[in-house]
Amino acid sequence: MTALDFTGAVWILSFLAGFLGALTGLGGGVVVIPALTLALGVNIKYAIGASLVSVIATSSGAAAAYVREGFSNIRIGMFLEIATTLGAILGAFLAGRVGTHALAIIFGLVLIPAAIQSFRGTGSSDQPVASDALARRLRLGSSYPVDRKLQEYGVRNVPAGFGLMFGAGTLSGLLGIGSGAVKVIAMDRVMRIPFKVSTTTSNFMIGVTAAASAGIYLSRGFIDPRVAMPVMLGVLAGALLGAKVLVHAPVRMLRIVFSIVILALAIEMIVNGITGRI
Amino acid sequence: MPASTPTLMNDRRLETIIGRLLQIGVLVAATTVLAGGILYLVQSHSGRVDYRSFAPGSPHLLLLSGIVRSSIHFESLGLIQFGLLLLIATPVARVALAVIGFALERDRLYTVVSLIVLLILAFSLIYVT
Repeated sequence: MTALDFTGAVWILSFLAGFLGALTGLGGGVVVIPALTLALGVNIKYAIGASLVSVIATSSGAAAAYVREGFSNIRIGMFLEIATTLGAILGAFLAGRVGTHALAIIFGLVLIPAAIQSFRGTGSSDQPVASDALARRLRLGSSYPVDRKLQEYGVRNVPAGFGLMFGAGTLSGLLGIGSGAVKVIAMDRVMRIPFKVSTTTSNFMIGVTAAASAGIYLSRGFIDPRVAMPVMLGVLAGALLGAKVLVHAPVRMLRIVFSIVILALAIEMIVNGITGRI
Repeated sequence: MPASTPTLMNDRRLETIIGRLLQIGVLVAATTVLAGGILYLVQSHSGRVDYRSFAPGSPHLLLLSGIVRSSIHFESLGLIQFGLLLLIATPVARVALAVIGFALERDRLYTVVSLIVLLILAFSLIYVT
C-alpha cells in the first residue's frame, strides 16, 4: 500500500468511527482500533497510540459545547481524575509489557460491556439522591438544568466510584480508549449522579485521563505520526459533524446498530487474538 | 453561583473559559498536524508503507527536544508530532487553569485536588523530556 492510499483509507475509517462514536456517546476509539488492525493490518500498538491521540482531540474539542449546556460538574470531574490519571499511568506501563495477542483479547473483552451499555442507552435512575457524609465533605453535589429549572442532586458511594475510576483509567491507558462507558457506569450506577451529568462529566474527564498516558505512549513509540495524523484528523472531523447532527439523528436506532457492530468487532478481535493473527 | 459571592471567579465562568481554551488548543494542534500531514504526503505519497510489526521509531520523533528541533526545520513527521504534543498539552492546560481558577475562588480543597492531578500529569510527561 502506498502512503497516500493508506492515509486516505485511515482518514475515511476514522471519520466514520468519530461520527458514530459521537452519535452513540461511545467515542471513536472503540471502532478505530479494530478497524485499523482488522481491515488495514496495522499493529495494535500503533492503533492504540493513534486512538489515544484522537480521544484527547474529541474530548477537548467538545468540551465547550458541554459546558454551555451546564451539565458537567468540574468538581466531581477533577476529584475523580486523581483516580483516572493514576490508573492511566499504570495502564500505559502495562501496555508496554503486554503482548499484542493479549492486548487484542483484552480489548475484545472490554468492548462487550461497552456494547451492552450502548444498547441500553439511558441511565439507571434519574431520581436525584441526597449526598452521603463523604460527598458532602468534598462538596460534590450540585445542580443541573431540567426543564429550565435547576435540579439539585447529591452524590453517594465515593470510595467505590473512585476505585472504579482507577480501573477505567487503567483500561484507558492500556488500550488507548476513552473508556467512557466504565466512567459513566461508575458515576451513574455507583455514585448515583444523574445520567446527563455523568455522561458530560465523563467526556470532560476523558481528555485529562488520556493525557496522563500520552507522554508514556509517545516516548515508547506507540504514537507514529504517519498513523496518528489521519486518525486524529478523521476522528475529530467525524466527531464534530456527529455532534452537529446529533439532535436530528434517530439515536435509539443508531445505538442498536452500533452495539451490534461493536459486539461483532469484539468477537473478531478475541478470535484473532487467540489464533495469533493480530 | 449567586452574584453576592465576593470572589472573582465561579465554577460556571471557570468552565466556560476552560472550554474555550480547549477548543482553541485543539484547533491550533489540528492545523499543525494537517500542515505536517500535507507536507508528508507531498514528499512521500507513493512510498510503500507497512505497519504490521511494531518498532519504536527514532528518538527525534519520541522526545520533546527532537520533536521541537525537527519541526523547526519543517520536517513533516516532526511537525505532526509537534501538533500532537500541542494536543496533549490542552488537557494539561485545562488542569493548570483549574488550579488558578479554584485558587481565585478561594477554594482550598479543590485547589489542592487539581494540583495533585497536575502533578500526576507532570510525572507522566517527564518521559517525553
